[in-house]
Amino acid sequence: MSGKTLYDKLWDAHLVKQRDDGSALIYIDRHIIHEVTTPQAFEGLRIANRKPWRVDSILATPDHNVPTTTVERANGVEGIEDPVSRIQVQTLDDNCDEFGIVEFKINDHRQGIVHVIGPETGACLPGMTVVCGDSHTATNGALGALAHGIGTSEVEHVLATQCLVAKKMKNMLVRVDGVLGEGITPKDVVLAIIAKIGTAGGNGHAIEFGGQVFRDMSMEGRMTVCNMAIEAGARAGMVGVDQTTLDYVKGRSYAPRGEVWDQAAADWLTFVSDEGAEFDRLAVIDGADIKPQVSWGTSPEMVLSVDSNVPSPADESDPVKREGIERALVYMGLEAGQAITDIKLDKVFIGSCTNSRIEDMRAAAAVVKGRQKADSVVEALVVPGSGAVKAQAEAEGLDKIFVAAGLEWREPGCSMCLAMNADKLGAGEHCASTSNRNFEGRQGYGGRTHLVSPAMAAAAAIAGHFIDVRDLDAQA
Amino acid sequence: MKSFTQVSGIAAPMDRANVDTDMIIPKQFLKSIKRSGFGKNLFDELRYLDEGLPDQDCSHRPVNPDFPLNFARYHGASVLLARENFGCGSSREHAPWALDDYGFRCVIAPSFADIFYNNSFKNGFLPIVLADDELEVLFSEMYAAEGYELSVDLESQTVCTPSGQIFSFEIDAFRKHCLLNGFDDIELTLQDSDSIAAYESARRVSAPWLFDAVKA
Repeated sequence: MSGKTLYDKLWDAHLVKQRDDGSALIYIDRHIIHEVTTPQAFEGLRIANRKPWRVDSILATPDHNVPTTTVERANGVEGIEDPVSRIQVQTLDDNCDEFGIVEFKINDHRQGIVHVIGPETGACLPGMTVVCGDSHTATNGALGALAHGIGTSEVEHVLATQCLVAKKMKNMLVRVDGVLGEGITPKDVVLAIIAKIGTAGGNGHAIEFGGQVFRDMSMEGRMTVCNMAIEAGARAGMVGVDQTTLDYVKGRSYAPRGEVWDQAAADWLTFVSDEGAEFDRLAVIDGADIKPQVSWGTSPEMVLSVDSNVPSPADESDPVKREGIERALVYMGLEAGQAITDIKLDKVFIGSCTNSRIEDMRAAAAVVKGRQKADSVVEALVVPGSGAVKAQAEAEGLDKIFVAAGLEWREPGCSMCLAMNADKLGAGEHCASTSNRNFEGRQGYGGRTHLVSPAMAAAAAIAGHFIDVRDLDAQA
Repeated sequence: MKSFTQVSGIAAPMDRANVDTDMIIPKQFLKSIKRSGFGKNLFDELRYLDEGLPDQDCSHRPVNPDFPLNFARYHGASVLLARENFGCGSSREHAPWALDDYGFRCVIAPSFADIFYNNSFKNGFLPIVLADDELEVLFSEMYAAEGYELSVDLESQTVCTPSGQIFSFEIDAFRKHCLLNGFDDIELTLQDSDSIAAYESARRVSAPWLFDAVKA
């Protein structure tokens, strides 16, 4: 018999009941909730007169709607200027109070983006099942956990039963071999993967990221990659547990300690794919081939290396794809054949659940240190992913580096990744963004998003247009 | 949960690949704490020529005359024809809520994003997968004939065209059963409460760290 994959092991460990019709009940260890996708779920519980099954498995925080300016943040929920956003954040507070759920409220120093605070606090651990009403929950898969996004009806279902009705997905391995070139980041790796396999490439599959590049990658880098599994169509992305995982988890506030730590760590190290485990699909990339990536279009698969030119619809034979390219060129205001480095930026956004951790802040700060934002860039936001990231960055003086370079240092939240708060693009504005989606209107009505790494976003802020971050010194 | 048995109605096109849930219902409308009322903002950025705001009266907004759902021939449509990877992106269940609230009862596409597909069933809204060439037949017949209607029957798992051509589709037995009967998922799962409790007790012993409470 062939061995088991990491996903097989996580599935088996959480299988409560396999039903005859092919569906199964899967036990959920950790449920993270935020203000946008839960009000209707709590309302459903109330209508049916139900209570959460295991209230101490739930952690809440508001992130999507929260303002990021210090002024608007100062007065907590009451200070949120948009009345509709305020009601939504207040509703989360009320629901958590009513049901006795632990919540890091808006100005709690532990508040942050759900997918940042889960691993950071140790609330999400290796070997767990983690769900959240947000598609980027796969971020936690970096810990060697089965983590994925769910809809609001499923949020209600997990609240009421601690289980999810699921059907086992297929196994896909994305292997990145070799060693990355100097200055190539995890964001470049995941964008290159999506460019290769497409936004539907992982549909119906759980993706395991394997190969030397991931063994060498930091935990925060693995989180960046797993975060965007959904942009490759996969609900869940994951990396096997190793010493890097254990070193990251040890000492976090909700992580086990003492003898229980030893027991847990021994268990966690089994969460790797067995030698000879078979995958339904395989994609292989040579890490040495990956260059800094920039998205040019309106789908995360519309990605190119920074030294490339925007594609021409004439070169595409598939009519549906050709029309997609034509539409994207119009929406993005780009010419076929134009060099990526000729795209000028109006705004820069460094943040989001993809790239707002301390390593991202350090990478961006290292690029802008001692330099000045281009005058043509009207706004450059740096939004840390959590209160803890913010405090750490400030302790290292990174905030001062950003401000000295002409960038703005903000309070933690989702911010301009999806523009549910006041941080957004104006119509027609081009933004170098470290977020995860370049859909039409995603960062603001008519806004034009280019997905890049923190270092590339920082370099774009300095140059005013895209530039290979590795060339910045040569041009200075 | 709302049931689905069959629907016969006008088919309308969303003729592009990778339609994402941001496109189906933009983020500013996600601030609602209700489950209904999203239909008037379905495909908001494509449907109207201005930027939509939450709680806005949409009856006086300028509509995009080039967007098919605004064509008189597609008014009252209940079957949406779409292309590959429909519903990709964000997990927002507001997407099927908006489609349903607008009046669609099902969407037919060659493939769906996993989370959207899953969310649809929770709302009595049926996502149907047909092959590319079958979709091609439906699209071309629909474009050729105003008032083109399709009949969808879940029990027999078929889509029937006006000329009587029948296309069969696959669906999980469990999902079909729930949808036909309008079963409440939570009620069904709670019938297995003993199994859940037994699993939990065993895990508390073998992996106690999983049960450390999240503390304030």
